[in-house]
Amino acid sequence: MPLLTLTDRGLYCEPGDFYVDPWEPVDRAVITHAHGDHASWGSQAYLTSESGVGVLRARLEPNARIRGVPYSESVSLNGVTISLHPAGHILGSSQVRLVHRGEIWVVSGDYKTDPDPTCTSFEPVRCHTFVTESTFGLPIYRWPRQEDVFAEINGWWRSNAAVGKTSMLYGYTLGKAQRLLAGLDPSIGPILTHGAVERMTAAYREAGVPLPPTRYAGTAERRIEARGAIVIAPPHASGSSWTRRFGAQSTAFASGWMLVRGARRRRALDRGFALSDHVDWPGLLATIQATGAGEVWVTHGFTGPVVRWLTEHGVHARVVQTRFEGERDDEVSEGLEEVTAGPRGSGAADLEGELTG
Amino acid sequence: MKAFAQLYSSIDETNSTNEKVAALTEYFRTAPPADAAWAVHFLSGRRPKRLVGSRKLAAWASQEADVPQWLFEESYQSVGDLAETITLILPDTGSSSELPLSQWVDRLLGLRGEDDDVQREVMIDSWRELDRRERFVWNKLITGDFRVGASHRLLIRALAELSGVEEGVIAHRLMGAWEPTAEFFARLLAPDTQDADVSRPYPFFLAFPLEEGPESLGDFADWMVEWKWDGIRAQLIRRAGQTFLWSRGEELLSGRFPEVEELGALLPPGTVLDGELLPWVEGAPLPFAQLQRRIGRKNLGRKILEEVPAAIVVYDLLEERGEDIRTRPLSERRTRLAALLEPVASAGRLILSPAIPAESWEGVARARQTARAAGAEGIMLKRRTSAYGVGRRRGDWWKWKIDPLTVDAVLIYAQAGSGKRAGLFTDYTFGIWEGDHLVPFAKAYSGLTDQEIRKVDQFIRRNTLEKFGPVRTVKPELVFELHFEGIQPSTRHKSGVAVRFPRMARWRKDKKAEEADTIERVRSLLTKCPTTSA
Repeated sequence: MPLLTLTDRGLYCEPGDFYVDPWEPVDRAVITHAHGDHASWGSQAYLTSESGVGVLRARLEPNARIRGVPYSESVSLNGVTISLHPAGHILGSSQVRLVHRGEIWVVSGDYKTDPDPTCTSFEPVRCHTFVTESTFGLPIYRWPRQEDVFAEINGWWRSNAAVGKTSMLYGYTLGKAQRLLAGLDPSIGPILTHGAVERMTAAYREAGVPLPPTRYAGTAERRIEARGAIVIAPPHASGSSWTRRFGAQSTAFASGWMLVRGARRRRALDRGFALSDHVDWPGLLATIQATGAGEVWVTHGFTGPVVRWLTEHGVHARVVQTRFEGERDDEVSEGLEEVTAGPRGSGAADLEGELTG
Repeated sequence: MKAFAQLYSSIDETNSTNEKVAALTEYFRTAPPADAAWAVHFLSGRRPKRLVGSRKLAAWASQEADVPQWLFEESYQSVGDLAETITLILPDTGSSSELPLSQWVDRLLGLRGEDDDVQREVMIDSWRELDRRERFVWNKLITGDFRVGASHRLLIRALAELSGVEEGVIAHRLMGAWEPTAEFFARLLAPDTQDADVSRPYPFFLAFPLEEGPESLGDFADWMVEWKWDGIRAQLIRRAGQTFLWSRGEELLSGRFPEVEELGALLPPGTVLDGELLPWVEGAPLPFAQLQRRIGRKNLGRKILEEVPAAIVVYDLLEERGEDIRTRPLSERRTRLAALLEPVASAGRLILSPAIPAESWEGVARARQTARAAGAEGIMLKRRTSAYGVGRRRGDWWKWKIDPLTVDAVLIYAQAGSGKRAGLFTDYTFGIWEGDHLVPFAKAYSGLTDQEIRKVDQFIRRNTLEKFGPVRTVKPELVFELHFEGIQPSTRHKSGVAVRFPRMARWRKDKKAEEADTIERVRSLLTKCPTTSA
């Protein structure tokens, strides 16, 4: 029988009696990373990477029981050996490696193969079965060099600043926002952040990630002197009354989806920067090959095309319908994320079956 | 190609009209005149015909990118645009092209008539020479699908700013037929306005929709009232012994309306009329659907000419005896028009659009109620003192359309859109009740806000019952109020009716699917519209 099975609560490891990224509260949850579709509230005990504990805590109930383990260090649970390996997606993101009776499985969570100064770089892990995401699993998705993208972003900011405009740059609050911060050229002007971004940025700073100074663009002020500044805000803030306080502005969204013109145009923003925290098509194929896996489970994204491509290339592959969402291309869901990230039920009450080992 | 691709991006990357005009002006200031002429050609919406079929382009791009055909198609489904799919799927070679636009256009036009091998080689070489941005523009030109986020008006503004020539003059010079050459571009910006071209139409003056009642327009006596006809807006030109018939889309309608064109010979030299082409039988128009039967045909047989004869209902005179009289007041133009048409009225196909006799705004409102029966789609209100302007301007000409017909229908099928709406389910088919099942009734694509579209899209994704290729059958739950302009019996539609201009007016969240309209109620609407006369 397979080491992992799909249940209506998530991916379940029966011999070890724990879940990986469950979407319902469970006794023991191993968490790849702190995004809302992978880290849900209400489980009794969580295991995640050591560097990810801070951001996960910022997203869960304050007294959630979280245990951190360093990358590559093994933890044993009911005879299943668990180790976490860098996924390069956001701070603390991991691939979960499971070993049981000589069978090796790896669950990728979300990952990217491009380097990112705000988190540990992705490392491929050899395994028999690889569970991979496929958010951008089509050959049209080939990321431009990130140096070029950051040069574009800074160039856009610079030219806005030159004409006294505020640069409104939208990106997801956890991960993308901090990667953007790390790539900005602070000599151009002040950097302001939306509250949701500021909270996550603080968690990154506490974890020791060097980021340029930012100022919280609070809710109290009616009008903020932001000429020449750049404001980092979540996508759902776009078009809200909150943005009016910044005066004349140019707007942009940083996301892998921005590679496609229609996706940018329907947001009615001035610019779209193709910067993603997910693996692109060439990266996906190279990673699958590097794992040496003979069996691949494909989750969230372009599952159908990826499975078909793999099958045509002699790899056993199947679609696994999880509730993971990857990088979303729409504000409605992003709004929902804020809702579902809120407390569910009474939080962590009596802890039992805590992670051991 | 580099400069033109840069211009394209600059326009595409801003929503500010001033920045768009600045980018255009800058391009025209620096581009070689031959390039500038082609840029004007493309930016004014004139597109080269597609010279290479999309299937071939897709096949060659797949081979070049080493991607199987099915995966190319999956990618195309996601992007929703062939030119862009090709652009994204091809590997980047790191090169880019300084070759002028005009030479790229020569290369493009050179594809005509070449066999597949030659075309393939040209395309693949081109793709390898261009960077992503240039490749996109090139593919857009190749697929005949080049559009840019700058209106005709912005183009005119930029050219006027650059040359110091009035916008109206530039607009006029851009009308009709011209070749995109360096000489043309020089003439376009020339300060001397004594240029002549016998075929050239005038820019059409367009009415603004009237949102509230006409009382806001002031004294009734200042206004002329006419029907708003539902046909093809056209200019009939008679100059130097030749006749030209132009549509509002600046298409020369030669040979399409022979019975109207031959009327040109009855007109004095130097005459330009503005009016509406209508299917016309026994002094009244047929429904627009009848005219559509003619529009699509290459060859007009005797049968169709007899069944759907056309006339031009004329409402304005723009040029008389070679003199541009557009700045004369409407009342004067109208008097001169009536005098001009009087001797040719007996032909029965050159008809003066009648003034509606009304004595008050209430009278106008009453007349509007009868518009549908008269075969019109509303009322036109024109200030008697108004000049014939350029483009759509607020103030002097208003259109007051009749209230649309409405039906509440249920969303039953959905399909993803393309372009801006690629990857989103935006094209819907709606059903109405026939007994206990829903029959497809109309398709509609427009009328929802972006936010509503996203919500409906999510609903569709979660409530798909079946997939047939790109079409999804959706759980029948969402009700929309559809508006449309006319309704006709039809043997080609399952519901037995065809509607004109259907669009979504409102998402009726307050209604359940069972409360949507029935086929009986929809059939009852047929009596409100004039039907096809045999």
